[in-house]
Amino acid sequence: MTATQERPTAEIGKDRRRKEDQRLITGRTRWTDNLTLPGMLHLAMVRSPFAHAEITSIDVSAAKDAPNVVDVLTGADFGEELGVCINAWPITPDQVTPVHSPMPADRVAFAGEIVAVVIARSQAEARDAAELVDVEYDELPAALDLRAAVEDGAPLAHPDLGTNKSALWVFDSKEAGTGGDVEEAIAKARTDGVVIEREFRQQRLIPAFMEPRSVVVDPTGEQLTMWSATQIPHILRFALAATTGVPESKIRVIAPDVGGGFGGKLQAAPEEWITWAVGRRLGKPVKYTETRSESLMSAHHGRDQWQKLTLSADKDGTVTGFKVDLLADLGAYVAIVGGGVPVLGAFMFNAIYKFPTYRFSCQTVLTNKTWTDAYRGAGRPEATFAIERMMDELAAELGRDPLEVREQNWIKHEEFPFTTVAGLEYDSGNYEAATAKAREMFGYDELRAEQKRRRESGDRVQLGIGVSTFTEMCGLAPSRVLGSLDYGAGGWEHASVRMLATGKVEVITGASAHGQGHETAFSQIVADRLGVAFEDVEVLHGDTQVAAKGLDTYGSRSLVVGGEALVRAADKVVEKAKPVAAHMLEASVDDIEFSSGRFSVRGTDQGVAIGEIATAVFTAHDLPDGMEPSLDSDATYDPVNFNYPHGTHLCAMEVDTETGGVKMRKYACVDDIGTVINPLIVSGQVHGGLVQGIAQALWEEAVYDDSGTLVSGSFVDYLLPTAADTISFDVDHTSTPATTNSLGTKGVGEAGTIASTPAVVNAVVDAVRHLGVADVQMPCTPERVWKAINGAAGAGAAPTEGAAMPHFDDGVPNQAPGATGEGDTL
Amino acid sequence: MTRISLTVDGRKVVDDVEPRMLLVQYLREKLGKTGTVVGCDTSNCGACTVHLDGTSVKSCNVLAVQAEGSEVTTIEGLAQDGQLHPVQEAFRECHGLQCGYCTPGMIMQSVDLLKENPSPTEEEIRLGLEGNLCRCTGYHNIVKAVQYAAEHGGSTGVSAATPADVEASEPQETGAHV
Repeated sequence: MTATQERPTAEIGKDRRRKEDQRLITGRTRWTDNLTLPGMLHLAMVRSPFAHAEITSIDVSAAKDAPNVVDVLTGADFGEELGVCINAWPITPDQVTPVHSPMPADRVAFAGEIVAVVIARSQAEARDAAELVDVEYDELPAALDLRAAVEDGAPLAHPDLGTNKSALWVFDSKEAGTGGDVEEAIAKARTDGVVIEREFRQQRLIPAFMEPRSVVVDPTGEQLTMWSATQIPHILRFALAATTGVPESKIRVIAPDVGGGFGGKLQAAPEEWITWAVGRRLGKPVKYTETRSESLMSAHHGRDQWQKLTLSADKDGTVTGFKVDLLADLGAYVAIVGGGVPVLGAFMFNAIYKFPTYRFSCQTVLTNKTWTDAYRGAGRPEATFAIERMMDELAAELGRDPLEVREQNWIKHEEFPFTTVAGLEYDSGNYEAATAKAREMFGYDELRAEQKRRRESGDRVQLGIGVSTFTEMCGLAPSRVLGSLDYGAGGWEHASVRMLATGKVEVITGASAHGQGHETAFSQIVADRLGVAFEDVEVLHGDTQVAAKGLDTYGSRSLVVGGEALVRAADKVVEKAKPVAAHMLEASVDDIEFSSGRFSVRGTDQGVAIGEIATAVFTAHDLPDGMEPSLDSDATYDPVNFNYPHGTHLCAMEVDTETGGVKMRKYACVDDIGTVINPLIVSGQVHGGLVQGIAQALWEEAVYDDSGTLVSGSFVDYLLPTAADTISFDVDHTSTPATTNSLGTKGVGEAGTIASTPAVVNAVVDAVRHLGVADVQMPCTPERVWKAINGAAGAGAAPTEGAAMPHFDDGVPNQAPGATGEGDTL
Repeated sequence: MTRISLTVDGRKVVDDVEPRMLLVQYLREKLGKTGTVVGCDTSNCGACTVHLDGTSVKSCNVLAVQAEGSEVTTIEGLAQDGQLHPVQEAFRECHGLQCGYCTPGMIMQSVDLLKENPSPTEEEIRLGLEGNLCRCTGYHNIVKAVQYAAEHGGSTGVSAATPADVEASEPQETGAHV
């Protein structure tokens, strides 16, 4: 027998063009909103314009009489079959958690909450009729300011709970035995060291995926099917079963093409639950697709913290302690991850450094704003921002180079594996190598020289250089650790490899891609592992009936957890094939070797290709006695540790000292993400991540007015960056393979976002520090920068005005009186 | 209802539409041209960009009745005789897309941009795509794709594809089965 042709090169590391792209560049897409089923009805939601109010009456008669309206339903029309939106991560045993009905019948807790649903034969008719639903409200005092909400006597977001404080989560290195007493370290530094104290604002952001959320429910089959623009089909299936009384085995959830998520589609959303309930009630296929304004207003937001930070150091720059006090805004409800988001950051404030003492406390707070949850990075960008800003502040205090102070404190490459003061074991890394490379790419010394020249000449445009040497924990997550943190599920991932009779290979993964390129990268991994052609591998995902088991995609987990499951399933296929190869080659199993898709007898030129074995197993005419005729294999992999990518990001910003305008001059980064499967996909993840992090630093903010109305509720007002706002980036890598998975990979999905925000703000502050500026609150708008330079009140920390920019000028003709400057979103 | 007749992706179509129906709704709901998508309700995002008589328009910003007698090209009509347009090729070659939702609009806008300016600078590309939002790519590779397209026949629509490009352009099955 002969093997088929040898595969010339390894797939891993190749910049393969993506398998996904053909359909996406030709419009042959399967977005949820593209689906039309026979007799399908369309839903429109009626939403509260008030942040906090009692519903006194809902008159649906006019809406019901509107053309082609099938029904109008309110919360009171449903019983338990409506289910509830779940919080999967109660961070403390005594967490205060309001009940979250998808459509409350009595009281609304944020502007945008759904109070009624209209079902009509077309989307336009449903939306028209939604305007006719007459809801009477009694407004209640609203909790709108995060810091004010924890004061005594503050208005309560949920009066029945008696408090806005949801949970207090604390980690203390002395109590945990992972380090010393931070208070002692700070006290000592106050007498003979350096203490840096700052308060930073993590503004509220909106994930703003490009595809608005959409959900279709088809109740007409034996199983009920939900298509949803979601990151988490498997978790949805579980949650629907757990809360709506439908057996899990009767539920099929499909995430078809999904247009971005960034954490924003990691949710068990009211819209999904309402569509589910309506479909079941009417027995007809139903669809709901949100408008962009609805999406910005009611899909969960991200970040929104106040960070009170105290860093202590010896006079020589050696950090002795770091103390973190957070207030985190949950919004109106505790979302699926909810308070778990800031807790994910708890382990990252010490970052790449060897701090001897550390204390973290986070108070989560309920307010009458849109609920918050995971947004790209989830907890880790906040932590990285805090520590990387503080390290720059320490360097400024000491009058030293910020890279030098970092190096003095970071874990040296020979010190890995290293157990941190937060109790995590970092398996690998080389901060020196990444930093050296980034410095060179960036032209660090030249830019410092230019900065000096501009300062000395009093140039109107000053140059600032910002540093961020980040690490993150990703690859969520070891199930035992999740259990110890009271998370409601595990962190494993599942994969199957099916060997088809024709030699093709079907790979099924429980990860659920929404733009990442799993089909390509996973094909590369399997092609190498089984020695088959890249084109012969088909990756299936995102349908609970095809990929029956999985925990979906978030937390940079698909490759490092899902990829490892894939490797293990593929290796099992090889092990199952060996006895067949031995049988076909009339040799002992012990003498069979496998390499590049070919099984051979050690020391001979006899061999057989894996595809031939697959065919032989399919016919099953001549298999070893007692062998089950299948090579197909499954693996469920539970990671033993988190995964720790790191990198050095350097940013140069030009600041016009007369206008406060900022302009990015250069951005260079060197990320260490271990083994790279596909460099093209990796660079794309980094670019996109960078811009989301840069956007937090410079542009984006969800702004509410003082009555709790989101005034940045459209793309006119929520400033998503455009091509004209951004620059091209210098991206490169060093590689220190992870030691906790077979391929040595580290996650990359969130790295750019986690790293870039502090690099940008550090650069802005560095440009104007000599003018007496020590901080500029995000987003660093020209107004804030100008105020900071000119010492105006708040020194760059004034809150964004709670009104949208006027879209029209006063006094111009053809506008209604009072139409100027009002939010236009409800 | 108003009767309209127009040409969409090379085919003549006749329909009765409500006067308020947007061109994008007409394309998606009446013609099933779901390759063109809706990303916002304020004509900011450009995901719905198509060509109306050879010029890019945001089809959420045009009424269907305004397209009476016109020729509309969507992302689904861009490839000719099974041959991808060079701009489509360039987006794949340069990894100018991730989730792909903005891609139809980005490609249609890029085609128009290159028609008007066959060799744009990076700045001209960035300004020319200002009306199209992308949340995944950070625009870096989209800009690269337009530059690549400019060098490979993107302004004329005639591919200067190399044999390797042609091979890479063969349709491949997808993994996300509905």
